[in-house]
Amino acid sequence: MATVPLAHYLALASGLFAVGLAAVLVRRSALIVFMGVELMLNAANLTFLAFSRANGALEGHVVAFFVIAVAAAEAAVGLAIMLAVFRSRQTINVDEVDALKY
Amino acid sequence: MTPLVAAMVSEAALFYPLALITIGGALMMILSRNAIYAAMSLVLSFFGLAGLYILLAAELIAALQIIVYAGAIMVLFLFVVMLLNLGESDLEVPRLTTGTVIGGATALLFWCFTYVAFEGFTEGLPTELPEGFGGVASVGKLLYTQFLLPFEATSVLLLAAMVGAVVVAKAKI
Repeated sequence: MATVPLAHYLALASGLFAVGLAAVLVRRSALIVFMGVELMLNAANLTFLAFSRANGALEGHVVAFFVIAVAAAEAAVGLAIMLAVFRSRQTINVDEVDALKY
Repeated sequence: MTPLVAAMVSEAALFYPLALITIGGALMMILSRNAIYAAMSLVLSFFGLAGLYILLAAELIAALQIIVYAGAIMVLFLFVVMLLNLGESDLEVPRLTTGTVIGGATALLFWCFTYVAFEGFTEGLPTELPEGFGGVASVGKLLYTQFLLPFEATSVLLLAAMVGAVVVAKAKI
């Protein structure tokens, strides 16, 4: 039986994290930036679960559970903020919402 | 001893296609101009991840991934996309600016660094795990004993987030 080394799971997770990071840094639509954050959380989950299986410890699963719950809370609040910003400025382009920058 | 999915079939035959789906969905997400296409690509990526979780003997988390992520969170995203009702003129025009190049290079550099750090873990994953590993019973038992306080704190967090989302998004209270 061909098993996959742990390093491949970890490389995939870091690749997903890098794509999410690129989405946060490069894309200008706040919605896509937000999806990038979700992708980074998922990459962290994959790492937790891979190490969990490698060590036969269940604690990683519990942490992944908490990450999913926090991501749900974060998505609800973040999208609500996005709606509020869009209502007051008619845009969700992160380059144009820069009042706190100056 | 319940056999792992990974032990019944060749793990590599499932891992690499699922990894391709996951990373392909993620790349489609970042490359698509339309937010709806991006959301659907992300759903594809999440389904691939759920398959990988099954391979890692995490049945409960895989089910939660489908229900919470691919179900609830992405439906929320699609609702917001449709509520905002962005027109063709609001779509991003892909431009090659200094910020774009630096952002992409940073992400690539990050991946290279983590790849070097992770290269040491070359041993294969164990195919024998304790009975019921990653199932609802074993994870639930751990959640309600050793991690009871964080579990309750999470429920308070979800309540606060729910109230906060209503307060922020409502035009007039």
